[in-house]
Amino acid sequence: MSAIVFAGSAQFTAISILAAGGGAGAAVPAATLMNSRFLPMSAAVGPSFSGGWLRRALKGQAVVDHSWALSSRGDGTFDEHLLLGASAIAYVTWISGTAVGALWGDALGDPDKLGLDAIFPAFFFGLLLNEMRSNRAKGVAALGAAIALALLTFTPPGIPVLVASLASLMGLTRRARAEVQERQEAEGEPR
Amino acid sequence: MTTTVALTIAGCTAATAAIKAVGPIVLGGRELPTWFTSVVILLSPALLAALVATQVFAEGDRLALEADTAGVAAGGLVYWRIESIVACVAIAAAVTAVLRAL
Repeated sequence: MSAIVFAGSAQFTAISILAAGGGAGAAVPAATLMNSRFLPMSAAVGPSFSGGWLRRALKGQAVVDHSWALSSRGDGTFDEHLLLGASAIAYVTWISGTAVGALWGDALGDPDKLGLDAIFPAFFFGLLLNEMRSNRAKGVAALGAAIALALLTFTPPGIPVLVASLASLMGLTRRARAEVQERQEAEGEPR
Repeated sequence: MTTTVALTIAGCTAATAAIKAVGPIVLGGRELPTWFTSVVILLSPALLAALVATQVFAEGDRLALEADTAGVAAGGLVYWRIESIVACVAIAAAVTAVLRAL
């Protein structure tokens, strides 16, 4: 499952439903909702990918949270090579980690004791702090977090983060668009 | 492996692959309107903030402040002071582990 789905939160969602006695009919939609955040992410990177449609679709498979966030150049474009590279490294470690856990999991003890569950949120938090340079980005981050937390208690897993992506629509305001336009003109021909 | 598990894996694989392929197929290699760029720039803070908030302020589907909340906050403080993502992650894990050990 790690080899072909390659998305931690969705895998855990599916497994916890199966473990609780649910069937594939319940596990698949829940895991898919969890992964629905890749829809806005893949739409965002789409224009930065080169090659024919099949090549682009294959590159899209490399989109995971951290490689997507790492490769963002901050101007609406993405570094295609950084994204693919970061995902390749993660893929190898993800699978070897799964194998280690399956073979010797019991000997390692509880990973929560080592604080390992804080690693991903801390990594994302660091990237987030790096993104929050403008007041608009700070506002969007606050709104996204507020939406996600407001929905968390009564919607299925995955929905809070998906709906929170709508906070980025603050980019549609006339001022936000004007600033992008100005920056593109300052950089010469927009790519 | 039971049929249910096999079906679940197959279903998750197909659905995830489809989700990830849509954007690159539909939007690849195009000149983009300004409004789209403007929204994409803000997609990072929106999604990152939502991911952090749901992992740090919640346990499953209920809101909860726990050791990892403090750990990640400490990591953020470190990142804010010295802009090192490695130090941020290391401190977050260490503080979380120490608080759990108490």
